[in-house]
Amino acid sequence: MRLINVEDIEHFAFGAAVLGSGGGGDPHVGKLLAREAIRQGGPVKLIGLNELADDALVVSAAMVGSPTALAEKLPSGDEIVLAFESIQDHLNRKIDAAVSAEGGGLNGIIPLAAGARLGIPVVDADAMGRAYPEIQMVTCTLHGIPATPMSMADEKGNTVLLKTLNNRWTERLARSLVVDMGAAALAAFYPMSGRQAKTALVPGTLSLIESIGRAIGEARAQSRNPIDAVRRVTRGVELFRGKVADVERRTATGFARGEATLQGMGAYESSVMRIQFQNENLVAWRDGQLAVSTPDLIVVLDADTAQPIPSEALRYGFRVVVLGIPCVPAWRTPEGLALVGPRYFGYDADYQPLGGTIDD
Amino acid sequence: MRIGIDVGGTNTDAVLMDGVEVVAWHKTPTTPDITSGITAALKAILTESKAPPAAIQTVMIGTTHFVNAVIERRWLTPVAAIRLCLPSGKALPPMVDWPDDLRDALGHHVFLAHGGHEFDGREIASLDEAELRGIAAEVRRRQIGSVAISAVFSPVNPQFEERAASILRETIPHLSITLSHDIGRMGLLERENTAILNAALRELAGRIAASFEQALGELRIDAPFYLSQNDGTLMNADYAAKYPVFTFASGPTNSMRGAAFLSGVKEAMVVDVGGTCTDVGMLAQGFPRETSVAGEIGGVRTNFRMPDVLSLGMGGSSLVRRENGGVHIGPHSVGYELETKALVFGGDTLTATDVAVAHGLARIGNPAAVQSLDRRLVCESLSLIQERVETAVDRMKTSDEPMPVITVGGGSILISRPVRGSVEMIKPPHFAVANAVGAAIALIGGEVDRVYALEKISREMALAESREEAVRKAVAAGADPMSVQIRDIEEVPLTYLPGNAVRLRVKAVGELAA
Repeated sequence: MRLINVEDIEHFAFGAAVLGSGGGGDPHVGKLLAREAIRQGGPVKLIGLNELADDALVVSAAMVGSPTALAEKLPSGDEIVLAFESIQDHLNRKIDAAVSAEGGGLNGIIPLAAGARLGIPVVDADAMGRAYPEIQMVTCTLHGIPATPMSMADEKGNTVLLKTLNNRWTERLARSLVVDMGAAALAAFYPMSGRQAKTALVPGTLSLIESIGRAIGEARAQSRNPIDAVRRVTRGVELFRGKVADVERRTATGFARGEATLQGMGAYESSVMRIQFQNENLVAWRDGQLAVSTPDLIVVLDADTAQPIPSEALRYGFRVVVLGIPCVPAWRTPEGLALVGPRYFGYDADYQPLGGTIDD
Repeated sequence: MRIGIDVGGTNTDAVLMDGVEVVAWHKTPTTPDITSGITAALKAILTESKAPPAAIQTVMIGTTHFVNAVIERRWLTPVAAIRLCLPSGKALPPMVDWPDDLRDALGHHVFLAHGGHEFDGREIASLDEAELRGIAAEVRRRQIGSVAISAVFSPVNPQFEERAASILRETIPHLSITLSHDIGRMGLLERENTAILNAALRELAGRIAASFEQALGELRIDAPFYLSQNDGTLMNADYAAKYPVFTFASGPTNSMRGAAFLSGVKEAMVVDVGGTCTDVGMLAQGFPRETSVAGEIGGVRTNFRMPDVLSLGMGGSSLVRRENGGVHIGPHSVGYELETKALVFGGDTLTATDVAVAHGLARIGNPAAVQSLDRRLVCESLSLIQERVETAVDRMKTSDEPMPVITVGGGSILISRPVRGSVEMIKPPHFAVANAVGAAIALIGGEVDRVYALEKISREMALAESREEAVRKAVAAGADPMSVQIRDIEEVPLTYLPGNAVRLRVKAVGELAA
């Protein structure tokens, strides 16, 4: 167990943006929420999976919806409390710890804000090892753990409790509800026991994002190449270096879908990379050949500062480096690929793994 | 003929240009009242060139005054930040992500009110007029003269901000009001931050614009004057008095564009050594390379893209001292008092300029005054300056390939040797006033801001149409057709409108046609 303080939050935010692989929402808002919650409620306890009692009740906290909407309509702060309380009321017992369902992007940090607000510890784990756009895209689904009972709350004070047949239904119903809630809501979902958490979750994701953030900070302070620092901590591979030549986007049912075209620079001078995204960067093609695809992570970094650039912020003229980062092993199984492989997202591509995995 | 003026923290520079020729230039210390410094610089160039004031067609002014005011927390007025958002947004009120000292400077006047829109155009809550009248009464009671109003999704629907402004004006007729949708784009906190900074600078902006006008009036220069904006284009005086934040990045933009113009080189590293700091940036196609993330000003996130410049706290007026066996240069400096405090000017303070003169890099003031300086101290100081510049140049480059390095600014005499990783060192003519030249060669812009229904027209067609029109507008406004480039494309999906609607904003800029 250790205490997470206001000044630690910055590192989490930076690393969460990297694991967001273009999506997951700008952690900036999450960072501010966590900071304000810690300022008011004191430091948050971060505990390892092994510190969790087998019969503890663990619930995931997340922002559900569109990053564009979140960057405009900021939370009231009461949403997550309402969502957790409604699960507690339904199960008629206290929630012992919060956890992240999605370690990448905003939802890598939201549990820290939730922990501080609710006065409960946060488990150092997540259920993706990255960011994904849909609720069923978690390792819990691979272990048969249902997302429901799930509760969603909006800033107006509406709370919805869902009980569904399976996690895909949860996604479907939650998605249409969140549109009516203004494309942004806070959710409490995947209630599970400590024992389930230990088998189903990806251990250490929050420490990983924190160490990515710290590595970038140190590299910058010592004038070393921060992109190398990211590569080292994440075992990433450089796939491209270039300038954003065009970004096409459309928002459909709360998702920012689109495609960015990068014109190569330096060693990639005459090459073109096309990155297709649906919030997250999902497939990248270099000169028409598949370079990397989901479930491996596609991370676009500012060529000079290693600042991760979300797909929503990609703009004409940016100079970027594209890193591929190997995903967690659970996703490379046939079941994992069926859930989050390129074909699930509608891309005509077969997954080819990048070398190695994060925790092998 | 036209005049370019740069009002910096240390010096005020003026150049008189006839077409592409620099006819006369002058550098003088910036004065606390701004006006007398400008008047002095203008008098000098008019006298030198013998140009009659009537021959001046345009005056273009670049100033870092507003951005410096934010960075130094000076001359800022209290602001009421009013956000239309409730019941959303309570967790992160306006200025939540600001440094404490800046928030203190503005007085912590934060008001949240009901209103704002959802992404799909529904109202989050209706505007509560009584609530706003209450806020207006409170603003009046606290005697706050400037307010910034933001509303959720105002770039998509500005009605609430506009309505709130008119309610406030009913109570306080002379209130200065900044609306967030006039200033920035999507992203509430960044847009709101920028609007609040603008509101805090409004009074200063009015004062500065008046002092510019006064200076020109005193010299009977009857030409219109413009201020340089962040992207190198111009805005007229009235607009500048309303939107001072649009000058934030004009300093580095002018100096880098001035360097490109004076040297004729469009792909290079630029080192601008001023009185108190040195800015290092990279030119790509004659423009400064911009940062890819939201620019921070004085610790506050804005949603401007800014020239990517690395600033070192070291320049011609920097103090040089030996401490604990090592040499230290800057960040403290004698600033605009160089001409009284530096050794070569008969003062008693060792500055970077003295070191350069002692080494024979320049003849300024009285070289005899620095003849007896410790040789080792002189060499170590110049090596340290060189090393810091080289590191900065290396950090700002995007590849290892050697590039030309253009040095500009009055302090560039401090660079004594070719910079590591340079193919060529270029010190263009009139290097000392590159900023003012950059202001004088201002760009002409053309902007298109239109909503397209992508069911009726393909995105490619819509983009091509807006690009063409932006270029056409820039040319119509006086830009040289050969030089016009697309500088910015922004696409905002308007999901509440049927037909896959998208708002396209395209900006084209070009050089003033000769």
